[in-house]
Amino acid sequence: MSNSATPNTTDSPALAPPATSPVTLRINGSDMTLQLAPWTTLLDALREYAGLTGTKKGCDHGQCGSCTVLVDGKRINSCLTLAMLHEGAEITTIEGLGQEDNLHPLQQAFLDHDAFQCGYCTPGQICSAQGLINEGRAHTEDEIREMMSGNLCRCGAYVGILNAVKEVVDAQTARRQ
Amino acid sequence: MNPFTLTRAETVEGAVRDFRDSDSPAFIAGGTNIIDLMKENVARPTHLIGLNKLPLNTIEPTAEGGLRLGATATNADTAWHPEVQCRYPLLSQAILAGASPQLRNMATNGGNLMQRTRCYYFYDTATPCNKREPGSGCGAIGGYNRIHAILGASEQCIATHPSDMCIALAALEAEVHVVGPGGSRVIKFEDFHRLPGNTPERDNTLEPGELIVALELPKKGFEKHFSYLKLRDRTSYAFALVSVAAVLELDGSTIEDARLALGGVAHKPWRDKAAEALLIGQPATTSTFKKVAEAVLKDAVGQGTNDFKIELGRRAIVRALQQATAGGKASDVFLNSNP
Ligand SMILES: Cc1cc2nc3c(=O)[nH]c(=O)nc-3n(C[C@H](O)[C@H](O)[C@H](O)COP(=O)(O)OP(=O)(O)OC[C@H]3O[C@@H](n4cnc5c(N)ncnc54)[C@H](O)[C@@H]3O)c2cc1C
Ligand code: SF4
Ligand code: FES
Ligand code: FES
Repeated sequence: MSNSATPNTTDSPALAPPATSPVTLRINGSDMTLQLAPWTTLLDALREYAGLTGTKKGCDHGQCGSCTVLVDGKRINSCLTLAMLHEGAEITTIEGLGQEDNLHPLQQAFLDHDAFQCGYCTPGQICSAQGLINEGRAHTEDEIREMMSGNLCRCGAYVGILNAVKEVVDAQTARRQ
Repeated sequence: MNPFTLTRAETVEGAVRDFRDSDSPAFIAGGTNIIDLMKENVARPTHLIGLNKLPLNTIEPTAEGGLRLGATATNADTAWHPEVQCRYPLLSQAILAGASPQLRNMATNGGNLMQRTRCYYFYDTATPCNKREPGSGCGAIGGYNRIHAILGASEQCIATHPSDMCIALAALEAEVHVVGPGGSRVIKFEDFHRLPGNTPERDNTLEPGELIVALELPKKGFEKHFSYLKLRDRTSYAFALVSVAAVLELDGSTIEDARLALGGVAHKPWRDKAAEALLIGQPATTSTFKKVAEAVLKDAVGQGTNDFKIELGRRAIVRALQQATAGGKASDVFLNSNP
């Protein structure tokens, strides 16, 4: 427990070199092979190894939603899962939803409704909202509030977020009818 | 996180064997609890066995007319399953009252039973905790214990079990099916979680290396009269301070059958069958409910910061029984459990 770290104590696992191996992840439609350790979370793999820094690390403990991505169309918190467990799955991040010159309807709606201030929670909010739309269960304001509750916004842009998500949900519902 | 090796089991036998043959192993399903605890250095396995390739993610009827929920089926898939929504709406409501949509998409049924307490001292390795480090003491006794137990606590530990799903499973009297190195067995839900006593490091009666393969719900789902009432510091994405699962079977206004389970108050989902029996044959009225609420909380002991839970528990029982009497509506399952 003391801090007398002896470099030649080779049997301590903390001092062993990280045992990495190649992992192929399908991110935003293309395969990427990354050299990862088993303990690399999906969030760290995306940000630190795949260079996709759109996905944000807020709490790193499942408590804020800023790391939300879609795996096979379902929204999850990428901070509480290991990258290696997602080999073969279809991962979508904010970079895969829209581009600067071709905004996703949710991105446009967030702009139109002033749905952010600092923008830190926004990629997670938008991925979560896309997950909510894929689920197809939330329609009313109350339902959207409840089903967006896994995404906190430190700036308190909730009114704008709700209006932006509602607009896109309504447009989708109208299109389906 | 400390370094570890990772394998992904393809069969139940393979997972059990891998566990038996490894040093400091742990199973990982959705990862939403164990990864959190590993980041905090509270859990320190050196080998993880991934369960998400096991063929245990199905939800199917049983020969006895009940429903079998696979251990690796997600909490979301379980809560939204048509059979669960229609026959066991209490369970659906309880699951949807917990965590967030993202977490429920990862969290599994087996993992939900095995999740550990949210006691702040358990999470903080700089403080004593008998559950984390037997014999080191309890930071919560005499400390800040707003989320802690008022029933069944011991002088070693006053932690609560944090699950919502388990409170419904306790009321529905589910069974836990497990497979271990010594074969398979079935554990009654009331015997699965345990009180802390002198061994708070043990949350439940599962033996090391045993794998939960399924939960089985009996035929009776109390789909007409149910309520899962969850009281918490904000109305979504927060753990329960007190929760109540109440189910009734009524003949007119007379109670024929009833079950009550409380969350947030003890080391395990809290049932008091003697108190429940006071409901049988009685009219479903507020005065009946108040008597039962008194009986359930009669031995409750506050720890200081959580004294409010005793009165909150009484009132939550009365309210949940009133809601169950009025009848759960299908739409309640969606926007659930708010007071
Ligand atoms: C921010 C946050 C808020 C939350 N809010 C709530 C809430 O309000 N209500 C609530 O009920 N829960 C809540 N949770 C907890 C969540 O429900 C649990 O973390 C989840 O159910 C655990 O399931 P998992 O599959 O992710 O388990 P894992 O993290 O994979 O595993 C947890 C434990 O279970 C063991 N295990 C897993 N599967 C099996 C198996 N088949 N057999 C034997 N052992 C197994 C693992 O070894 C590990 O010890 C919250 C979690 C977070 C992070
Ligand atoms: S209440 Fe239990 S879990 Fe919390 S500090 Fe005390 S012994 Fe540890
Ligand atoms: S960073 Fe994942 S939930 Fe906060
Ligand atoms: S816009 Fe700043 S946290 Fe949401």
